[in-house]
Amino acid sequence: MATRRQFIRISAIGAGAVMAGAAGLKLLASDLTEGQKATLAALTGRTPTYCEVCFWKCAGWVYKDEKGSIKKIIGNNEDLNCNGRFCPRGTGGVGMYHDEDRLRTPLIRVEERGKQSFREATWEEAFDYISEKIKAISAEHGPECIALFTHGSGGKYFSTLLRALGSPHIAAPSYAQCRGPREVAFQATFGEALESPEPLDIRDTKCLVLIGSHLGENMHNGQVQEMSDAIDKGATIITVDPRFSTAAGKSKYWLPIKPATDLALLLAWINVIISEELYDKPYVEKYTYGFEYLKEHVKNMTPEWAYGITTIDPTVIRETAREMANASPAVIVHPGRHVTWYGDDTQRLRAVAILNALLGSWGRRGGFFRTETFELPEPPHPAYPTPKRTWRTEFPDLYKLADTVLANGVCDATVPDPSRNCKFQAWIVNGTNLMETLPNQENTLKAIQALQLLVVVDTMPMEITGWADVVLPECTYLERYDDLRVGPHRKPQIALRSPAAEPSHNTKPAFYMARELAKRLGVIEYFPFEKIEDQLDWQLKQVGSSLEEMKRTGVKTFDRTADNLYFYPDEDVEFYTATGKIELYSTALEEAGFDPMPKYTAHEEPPAGFYRLNYGRAPMHTFSRTSNNPNLTDLMDENSVWVNPRVAKEWGLSTGQYVHLVNQDGRKSEFPIRVRVTERIRWDSVYMVHGFGHQEKKLRRCYGKGASDTNLITKVLVDPVMGGTGMRGNFVTFITDLKGEEVIS
Amino acid sequence: MRYAMAVDTKKCVGCSDCVVACQTENNVPIGFCRDWVVEVMDGSYPQLEIELRSERCNHCSNAPCVRCCPTGASHIVEGGIVLVKPTRCIGCGACIASCPYDARYPHPKGYVDKCTFCIHRVKQGMKPACVAVCPTKCMYFGDLDDPNSDVSVILKKRKSKTLIPEAGTQPQLYFLI
Ligand code: SF4
Ligand code: SF4
Ligand code: SF4
Repeated sequence: MATRRQFIRISAIGAGAVMAGAAGLKLLASDLTEGQKATLAALTGRTPTYCEVCFWKCAGWVYKDEKGSIKKIIGNNEDLNCNGRFCPRGTGGVGMYHDEDRLRTPLIRVEERGKQSFREATWEEAFDYISEKIKAISAEHGPECIALFTHGSGGKYFSTLLRALGSPHIAAPSYAQCRGPREVAFQATFGEALESPEPLDIRDTKCLVLIGSHLGENMHNGQVQEMSDAIDKGATIITVDPRFSTAAGKSKYWLPIKPATDLALLLAWINVIISEELYDKPYVEKYTYGFEYLKEHVKNMTPEWAYGITTIDPTVIRETAREMANASPAVIVHPGRHVTWYGDDTQRLRAVAILNALLGSWGRRGGFFRTETFELPEPPHPAYPTPKRTWRTEFPDLYKLADTVLANGVCDATVPDPSRNCKFQAWIVNGTNLMETLPNQENTLKAIQALQLLVVVDTMPMEITGWADVVLPECTYLERYDDLRVGPHRKPQIALRSPAAEPSHNTKPAFYMARELAKRLGVIEYFPFEKIEDQLDWQLKQVGSSLEEMKRTGVKTFDRTADNLYFYPDEDVEFYTATGKIELYSTALEEAGFDPMPKYTAHEEPPAGFYRLNYGRAPMHTFSRTSNNPNLTDLMDENSVWVNPRVAKEWGLSTGQYVHLVNQDGRKSEFPIRVRVTERIRWDSVYMVHGFGHQEKKLRRCYGKGASDTNLITKVLVDPVMGGTGMRGNFVTFITDLKGEEVIS
Repeated sequence: MRYAMAVDTKKCVGCSDCVVACQTENNVPIGFCRDWVVEVMDGSYPQLEIELRSERCNHCSNAPCVRCCPTGASHIVEGGIVLVKPTRCIGCGACIASCPYDARYPHPKGYVDKCTFCIHRVKQGMKPACVAVCPTKCMYFGDLDDPNSDVSVILKKRKSKTLIPEAGTQPQLYFLI
């Protein structure tokens, strides 16, 4: 083949640089390198933690060097999430602790919002300031007008605070900006959401279908590990992606689909599996509802029909459908994770769920297993007051199947609007850089400008902190306790996070902050333990363990109490849907006024000279959370825009050149971005890694490096079913003349 | 005894965890690395192939870096591991120039540094840091003279290659293809 050959060194750092000057002549006293000395000294003590660099929450051990400084983090062998192996971000978690740009002390605004003009404050001042404002807002508007946005462990304590005050408004952008449509679709089909980590039995699968998942670039640790096990065992991988992803490079079949047409492909697969009678007949008969409706519904959705839409060869569609059926039930059509794309995402994920149901993979080895989550008793506290209003009151007919508070819903309901009587007056934002997480930054700013109080709790000076009235500097996960991790898995398991070091500077854990505020706001009875250690020890003793034991082991695994990991042959299973069956035809969607079975609708295409903006992840970064991490920026310190050679030729672009991107609404990237000309991307789209192009100057390592996709997402395709914010309907073109603009690199 | 490593290019996802783990294990200063990841892409859309490789010093059996070292700082120890003695190294950089793989870097403290196969760990019966951390478990390490070692077993089972064999360095880092 070898028509075009590209060779790149992924890790940006260069070895073998030219030796620098006279420093090279100094002699050292010992034969061991610094590294070896430190390592040998370090292997003495270790502290258990679980990772907070992403939501996978791998459990591991923190080691310190002889000076007591945090040196390295290694996975805990007993942990089901990581099996003793952290991902690059988790390994580089040390950089979060060492980052010299961290927030150091509480800050109170002195000037208008967005300027980062703050004065340093004591914790007492900060707490007093916040509680006075909250008291006034509650008195005038009701406590429901206070909202929390959270994407971190510390959010737990602020949510206790809010519920104690009487506000139900606890929003996680991981729902409507990420996996919400998937949860609603699986709920509608199997009566259960997937949650995190997803119950995918990848290690025993015979066929893994990745449609909308770039596993390997997104380092969902356990899944990447199991994908590798599956490769070892000879599993077939089928990857659907307009871009030749890393996973595509490991696949038997790569289907280079035209962007925005995935649903047509899924329906055609369903068509083949039904018309060729490849589905798991006894399973479908025993467990599902609505098969005949579905059969009728997809009758004309043939591979030939899909070909015209997706550009995928009908023979390939048939062949891949047969591959899945051959592997059935040990087959997984991967549900993906960040699935808010085009506004019909719940329906697309319904098609994924239906396909899995036809293949009989739900509840089967090599498909989806049944998880078990450990039940930990909550510390005793009075019942929470019943909120008088919820955001739903403001949007009565919208997003009927949303089963949680929508981050964008709260944001929209904060923007002043004469038609609404309640609006949010105060936000507490914990561990999420809303400027980068919510699409449509202008709207977010409008909301922020209307607030009476914005409190930001973070470890780093992110863009959102610039808009805060009060900034509360949280210590990193390596310097604090948090709640025990109890996530679902093959076996129930708990994991401890304990501090490996004292909080640096004048930072504090969220538990302390929330409790201090609770004291001032008269709801301290919801925080019965003064110290989190005592709370953890109390909880652990209720279940036959102790803090002391957990400090030694880090994780503790329990036996399954309920059912088997997979369905027993012929087991009678009651699904939590209205019919008690797996609903191929969704009664819940129908009742709410939506299509009970997914239909393909065409999405807008890029105008001439524009390209669809696709975005994704790099294995060494977690959104903007890691973009200033010294260890991880060392691997990748800016993103680039991937451009097909055909497009590059048309625009005269070459690799390494910097350009601006401008979208269909005239929004221009804040900073120039490097071009990467590559065959790995289709000619109708461009691609960039999310989380770069930071505008916050206090992030000294990543300020101005690369471009932000969020900044270019001005058009949001909202999912009517559950309010998800589809972000893949934006198109960009290039500005090649930088007019002498300086590139920060 | 002959230590060697094999990296499975079919499983590596290029995540660079091996790079970070090496940095934190061996206190490699920010801005430098002892191991790194290479992506080689072949073909044109949509007929494409990628090879991902985690690379480091090959602990060559015929090591030009050792031969050209004027002070004897670069030397070979038991098991064929190529090491640099920081106290003897004058940082002249001759070895950096002679290595066909670009595997060495000048440590800011004045000596030349490179992969040691984590000899300090291996001596304690552990695996090198990169091998131990790799989420895809795509790296195998051990003694080629022991037919039951991880690396011997996998090299028997799978096809492999070395890099720039024509340089005659007899590299001991194998890539499973
Ligand atoms: S997957 Fe990586 S970043 Fe996420 S929790 Fe695990 S080690 Fe941390
Ligand atoms: S850690 Fe493993 S999968 Fe990741 S780049 Fe290194 S060798 Fe490849
Ligand atoms: S790879 Fe380079 S540094 Fe390593 S032994 Fe061979 S020549 Fe020497």
